Amino acid sequence: MSDGPRTGATIQTPAPAGAGDGGHPLAVEVRGLVKRFGEVEAVRGIDLDVRAGETFGFLGPNGAGKSTTISMLCTLVEPDGGSALVGGHDVVAERNEVRRNIGLVFQEPTLDAYLTAEQNLRFHAELYGVPKALVPARMQLVLEMVGLWERRKSLVSTYSGGMKRRLEIARGLLHAPRVLFLDEPTVGLDPQTRSSIWSYIETLKGQEDITIFLTTHYMDEAEHCDRIAIIDQGEVIALDTPEALKASVGKDRVQLQVDDDDAAIEALRDRFDLEASIAEGHVTFAVAGGEEFVPRLFAELGVPIRGVSVARPSLDDVFMSYTGTTIRDAEAGRQDPMLAMMRGRR
Amino acid sequence: MASTSTAPAATGSTATAPAPVRVVVPPGGWRADLRGVKVVWQRELIRFWRDKLRIVTSLVQPLIFLFVLGGGLSHLASGGTEGVDLRTFMYPGVLAMAVLFTAMFSAASVVWDREYGFLREMLVAPVRRGSIVLGKCFGGATVAAAQGLLVMALAPLVGVPYVPIMILQVLALQLLLAFMITAFGVMCAVRITQMQAFMALMQMLVMPLLFLSGALFPLAGLPRWLEVLNRLDPLTYAVNPIRTAVFDQLDLTAAARAALLPGITWFGWNVPIGVQVLVVVGFALAMLSVAIWEFRRA
Repeated sequence: MSDGPRTGATIQTPAPAGAGDGGHPLAVEVRGLVKRFGEVEAVRGIDLDVRAGETFGFLGPNGAGKSTTISMLCTLVEPDGGSALVGGHDVVAERNEVRRNIGLVFQEPTLDAYLTAEQNLRFHAELYGVPKALVPARMQLVLEMVGLWERRKSLVSTYSGGMKRRLEIARGLLHAPRVLFLDEPTVGLDPQTRSSIWSYIETLKGQEDITIFLTTHYMDEAEHCDRIAIIDQGEVIALDTPEALKASVGKDRVQLQVDDDDAAIEALRDRFDLEASIAEGHVTFAVAGGEEFVPRLFAELGVPIRGVSVARPSLDDVFMSYTGTTIRDAEAGRQDPMLAMMRGRR
Repeated sequence: MASTSTAPAATGSTATAPAPVRVVVPPGGWRADLRGVKVVWQRELIRFWRDKLRIVTSLVQPLIFLFVLGGGLSHLASGGTEGVDLRTFMYPGVLAMAVLFTAMFSAASVVWDREYGFLREMLVAPVRRGSIVLGKCFGGATVAAAQGLLVMALAPLVGVPYVPIMILQVLALQLLLAFMITAFGVMCAVRITQMQAFMALMQMLVMPLLFLSGALFPLAGLPRWLEVLNRLDPLTYAVNPIRTAVFDQLDLTAAARAALLPGITWFGWNVPIGVQVLVVVGFALAMLSVAIWEFRRA
C-alpha cells in the first residue's frame, strides 16, 4: 500500500482493528456451520478454509445448501451452530465489520431500476463510506472493468439481464472488498454473456487483490476456480482443486473405433482384464492413466484399431463418484418432496 | 487451467483500465449511520423528482375534495358556516390530506424495494437498520412537504392570504404529520410483501383516519361515538393545529370561530395546541420505534 505515482488517488485510512494489511491468511474460515429451517437441516456442519486471494467455488445442485451457507457468511442469516470468520471477523459478533469487507452479488437483481447506473453506484459508495474524493476514479475503474462506462448515465431499467449482472458485479467491487461473494453469478444468462462474465472475473483477479467465493451448479464454471468444494444435502463431500478432484476419480475414459467390436471387447478382457462396453457406438472402458495405456493397447490388443480417444474425467464424473448421481439427477430428485425428505434423513 | 487463456482477450473494450484505486472503507459508528440516513433520504428525493406523474396524481385527490366536494356542498353547508366559505374551512384539512397520500406512497416504496430486491442492497450495508428507516421517514416527510407546498400555493383561491408565519407553521406541521404517516407506513410495510396488499391496507386505514380527524367537518356538536373516535385518531392532533394556523390569519367572527374551530377537549379540558403537537410527536416516535424494531428483525 505504498504511495506510488499513479493516476488514481491513493488513500490510507487507519485500518479497523484486527483487519491489518495483509491481514488474516484465511479469507474465510468455517467450522461446523449448521443451519436448520424447522425440521430440515439445510446446512449440516460444514468446515471450510478459503485462502486469501483464491477463487473458491461452491459446487452443488440446487437446494444443496449453497445459498444458505453464503447467506450465513454474508451475515444475512444467523447460523444455528458452528462459527464462521470472514476476513478474520466473526459473522455473528462482528457483523458490520464483516459487511464492510465483503462485496455481494446475489442471484436475484438488487438494483434500483429507476436510477441510473451511476446513481446506483453513488448510493452504494455513500452507504459503504467510500471516501468522497475517490468515488469518481473508483467508479470509472469498476464500470470500465465490466464495460458499462459508456452507459453509466442510462437508467438501469433500460439494461439487459447481462448488463444488470455486470453492473451488480461492478457495484460489489466499488468499496474494494477483501472477499467478493457471487451467488450463481451466471444463472439465467445466455452462454455468450456467461463467458463474458467469466472474463470480467478473470480481469478482476488480475487487477484487484481479492478473494472470490462463488456458488454455481454449472460444472464447466467450476473449472475456473482454484479450489472447489462439492456440497450435497448440506454437507461438503469433497474439497480440492478441480484437477485433484478429477484425478481422485482416477480413471480416464477410453473409446476405441474398431471393425470388430466383439473381438475388441473380448481381447480387452483377456489381455488387460478390463470390462468394456459399447457406449455412443464405440467400445468404451475406463482405465487409470489412459494416455500411457494407449501404446500398450496398440502393441498388445491384437485387433486392428482405427481410432482412439482418451477423455480426462470431468467434474460431472467427480460429482457422480462422490454422490452416485449426476448433478442433473440430483436436482430432479430434489423436486420430489418425499424423495428429498428421505434423502435428508438418510 | 485451460480456462484462463481465453479471458484477457475476450473483451477488447476493457483493455486499458486505469491504475488501481486503493480504497479502505472507514470503520462504522454514528458517522456511517448518518451517511445511511442521508443517502436513503436522497434516493427518495431523486425518485420523487423522476416520477412527475406521481407529483401530479397525488395533487388530484386533494383538489377534487377541495373544489368539487367543497364547491358542490358549499351552498348546502352555508347555513352552518357562519358566512365562511366551506372551501376556506376545508382548505386546512386538504393541506393535511395532500401530505397524507404522498407520505403513504413513500412508505409503499419499502414494499416496492423488497419486491425488486433493492431492499437487500440496503440491508447488507454496514449501517444500522435504524438509519435506513430514519432515512425513509425523512424522505417521506420531505417529499410530502414539497407536495404540501404546492397545495399551499392555492391559498388565495380559497380566500387565504400568503402570510410567511402561517406558511412556516403549516410547513412544519406538514413535515411532522408526513413523518408520522411514513413511519406508520413503514411499520406496516415491513410485514407485507405484496404491493396490492399494502395499498389495500393503507386505503382501509388511511381513509377512516382522515375522515375521523375532522379534516372535512368541524369538531363542534359531534355525536358522542364520533367524538370518541375523533379523539383517538392521531391525525386529529395534526389537523387541528394546521387549521388554527390558517384561521389565525383570517378575519373571523367569534361565532364563526366557535362553530368551525372549537378546539379539542379531553374530558372537558381544553387541550393546548402545544400539547396537540406533542401528541403527534409522541405517535411519530412510537411508530418509528416499532418500525425500526421490526426492520432489525427483517
